[in-house]
Amino acid sequence: MSTAMDTESTYSGYSHYSGHSKKAHRQGRDRHKSPRSKDGSRSEKSVTIQTPPAEPLLGNDASRAEEGQDDNWGETTTAITGTSEHSISQEDIARISKDLEDSVGLDCKRYLGLTVAAVLGLLVFLTPIAFILLPQILWRDDLEPCGTVCEGLFISVAFKLLILLIGTWALFFRQPKADIPRVFVFRALLLVLIFLFVFSYWLFYGVRILDTKDTNYQGIVQYAVSLVDALLFIHYLAIVLLELRQLQPMFAVKVVRSTDGESRYYSLGHLSIQRAALVVLENYYKDFTVYNPALLTASKSRAAKHMAGLKVYNVDGPGNNASGQSRAMIAAAARRRDSSHNELYYEEADHERRVKKRRARLVVAVEEAFTHIKRLQAEEQQKAPGEMMDPREAAQAIFPSMARALQKYLRTTRQQQYHSMESILQHLSFCITNNMTPKAFLERYLNPGPTLQYDKDRWFSKQWTLVSEEAVTSGLQDGVVFVLKCLDFSLVVNVKKIPFIKLSEEFIDPKSHKFVLRLQSETSV
Amino acid sequence: SYLIFFFSSFQQRIEIHKLRQGDNLILGFSIGGGIDQDPTQNPFSEDKTDKGIYVTRVTEGGPAEVAGLQIGDKIMQVNGWDMTMVTHDQARKRLTKRNEEVVRLLVTRQSLQKAVQQSMMS
Repeated sequence: MSTAMDTESTYSGYSHYSGHSKKAHRQGRDRHKSPRSKDGSRSEKSVTIQTPPAEPLLGNDASRAEEGQDDNWGETTTAITGTSEHSISQEDIARISKDLEDSVGLDCKRYLGLTVAAVLGLLVFLTPIAFILLPQILWRDDLEPCGTVCEGLFISVAFKLLILLIGTWALFFRQPKADIPRVFVFRALLLVLIFLFVFSYWLFYGVRILDTKDTNYQGIVQYAVSLVDALLFIHYLAIVLLELRQLQPMFAVKVVRSTDGESRYYSLGHLSIQRAALVVLENYYKDFTVYNPALLTASKSRAAKHMAGLKVYNVDGPGNNASGQSRAMIAAAARRRDSSHNELYYEEADHERRVKKRRARLVVAVEEAFTHIKRLQAEEQQKAPGEMMDPREAAQAIFPSMARALQKYLRTTRQQQYHSMESILQHLSFCITNNMTPKAFLERYLNPGPTLQYDKDRWFSKQWTLVSEEAVTSGLQDGVVFVLKCLDFSLVVNVKKIPFIKLSEEFIDPKSHKFVLRLQSETSV
Repeated sequence: SYLIFFFSSFQQRIEIHKLRQGDNLILGFSIGGGIDQDPTQNPFSEDKTDKGIYVTRVTEGGPAEVAGLQIGDKIMQVNGWDMTMVTHDQARKRLTKRNEEVVRLLVTRQSLQKAVQQSMMS
């Protein structure tokens, strides 16, 4: 228990800091504090080392627009705020209702498709076996004897079916990883093709063989073998259409996040728009830094200030053109001597300096904390049994000395919502177990990482909508733009074709590399 | 006015009497250039493909300065030997022959050229 940092709390939500930083800190926080009334719920806990709480520090429904609030596992306070613990913001209501209504419909569609494919696959697999067995069952006595040739054909049918089974398992039996709005065109085409193919084979078999009770058994078996061969070729076609065709990169796709402009480029082959959207989303979770709404409030407040500065009065009576009015307003705003660029510059410079300072303090604190721990070798473990700790206890022991610096740093970079004390302790014990250096431990906190790194509750992006002017099953073309929307932000995707590259060759004889000395001497005479 | 074109008017003849210093006869200047050197590094030449021999330094009070040789002069002939198409070492050898006490140089100078050009224009 960090009693050294124990302070008495006198007003809700804030704690006293040591004297010299108090005033500056309070001023800084007051500047950031939003004027709206508190919207979320907060519960503040005092720090106990033995049993840290398991839930995230800010409670479930903390409004994301809050800043300047404490998460005080670094210091200790005992005050509880006055707001209720169960308030939910408007966005959360929208999100919950959307989750409910969407989950039912799509599952039915997905399972329907799967069952159709499974039934068809089973039918197709059993067909050759049926072709071979039916004559034996129905008119065994009339069949011509067919010795080694038929047995050889039986073996080949058996192995080809086995290969087909393994190939189908490898290619198709995968957990569906996504729900997409429309059917896969190629998959549907292949299913239809297989169905027609098998249907025509059954038709021929039924008419020519079953009805006439053909006695040439070798011919029947060869017919079944030809079916299996053709199925293997269809399987090859499926591999080429579904897997190989889109491997060759044809398009460079630029993905830009609408809220902060972060962008990436990806290479894609011939895909439909919905499959391209899937690829983009899969890469989004691991490439883009996590969406942090706390970072956007500065630009929003600047925008609000721009609009609040001008008022337009209508002195000529009704009937004025609205566009002329708004154009005049924009022109007036542009001419106004605005010093907001100055503010932005100094604010950003100030913020940079503060972040760097806190980062330096954090790095020093963590390095110092890590020096207190030493790994015991196997021989030493017998000598001092009383003092041994497992990684969790070791983490809890050194955590208080770096907790405050880490909390301050996270608060300055507005990441405090993404890391709870429990997750930090877990990460610390993980790093201690794996012999990581302080820098490796800090790597997770110094830079915002990709979305996958964080707890699912903090993702803000689970339900996606594909907005496109063209049909989502049509292929990618140069210049196609589509948008992937989720509740809080959207990803704008712009498709560009990789240019046709003309490559020519030039041969250089290795003996043609010759050099001369370029001198400039001066001689005195 | 009419133009009179004198070939030799761009050039000057300089006679240097070598000074004896111990065992050596010195002239009191340094040369740069030659057909085996890099002409683009010559600071004195107007045409950077000129591989001729140029005077790069003139020691104060030496025989060359006394005779009127200036820095930046291009040496065309030494005692009748051509110096426009020689290597650096050949030029040095022709200037430092031990049995010669006097060398007669034919030099050309950019300032000289410009002065003659200006007088021809006016």
